[in-house]
Amino acid sequence: MNDRDKSKAPEREAVLARLLGPDGPELGCEECFAELDRYVELDLAGSDPDGNVPGMRAHLEGCPACAEDFRSLKALLEETD
Amino acid sequence: MASATMTMPIETPAEDSAARGEDDSRRWLQRLGASGPRRDAAVVELHGLLLKAARFEIDRRRASLPHLRGDDLEDIAQQSADDALFAVLSKLGDFRGEARFTTWAYKFALLEASVKVRRRAWQGRETPLAEDAWAVLADTAGRTATARAEDTELFGALREEIEGSLTEHQREVLVAVTLNDVPIDVLAERLETTRGALYKTLHDARRRLRTALAGRGFRIEGIREEAP
Repeated sequence: MNDRDKSKAPEREAVLARLLGPDGPELGCEECFAELDRYVELDLAGSDPDGNVPGMRAHLEGCPACAEDFRSLKALLEETD
Repeated sequence: MASATMTMPIETPAEDSAARGEDDSRRWLQRLGASGPRRDAAVVELHGLLLKAARFEIDRRRASLPHLRGDDLEDIAQQSADDALFAVLSKLGDFRGEARFTTWAYKFALLEASVKVRRRAWQGRETPLAEDAWAVLADTAGRTATARAEDTELFGALREEIEGSLTEHQREVLVAVTLNDVPIDVLAERLETTRGALYKTLHDARRRLRTALAGRGFRIEGIREEAP
């Protein structure tokens, strides 16, 4: 694979990942919102957020809007705490 | 006489912080559940926190709104804080104490602000047509020289399954959100539904595609997007 091909490989993977979504069980958006505060605090504390909230990581991989909400809440807490 | 010894529990910093958070959350609930000036003061303070969160979110996203002035952005922040305050006060019974009260409240302000910003950014814009998305697929498939034949076959099969195996609604949602980058909240507003309902449609469409591609012999295990 030449340099040009290497640089484009992630794009191929990204398009496929967006189309096919996460592989495995995942929460829905309402469940994600209900668990978001707990998940972010567990994440910031390094307290196994994925073990405590199964299906959350898969949903954040599959839902761009919820993933943005996760990043925003985490960033806000990092700035205010 | 033997001296009595007492073992005091030693709190770790994390436990100490959690205990302080619980006390703080309890005080918020007591003040918001009170009446008169005590509650009024708590509501004003809560609105201030929500406004801070809304401004934080809008500041993160201001690049998507280059046409808006500072006053417009402040209006969005104020509306977001007002709507979040209403949501928080009407859902106090849902607070389970599994995170700090302020963290729980912040998420309502961030959600209100992010949805309003996305909708404002897409105001007046058409939702791209499916044909634009097929160009994305074809372009992506043709990018890798060594894997071109394999990719062309896979992306061709994907397009066939998107057109043939999905319902019209599933196809519309999948193409808009995953190929044309239409925010799911924007699409939900235009289709008069909710983010959750649209994501369920997207989820079902993706399951169907995965099953169809696996049935045609494509190896798609391990394809996943990085978590944030």
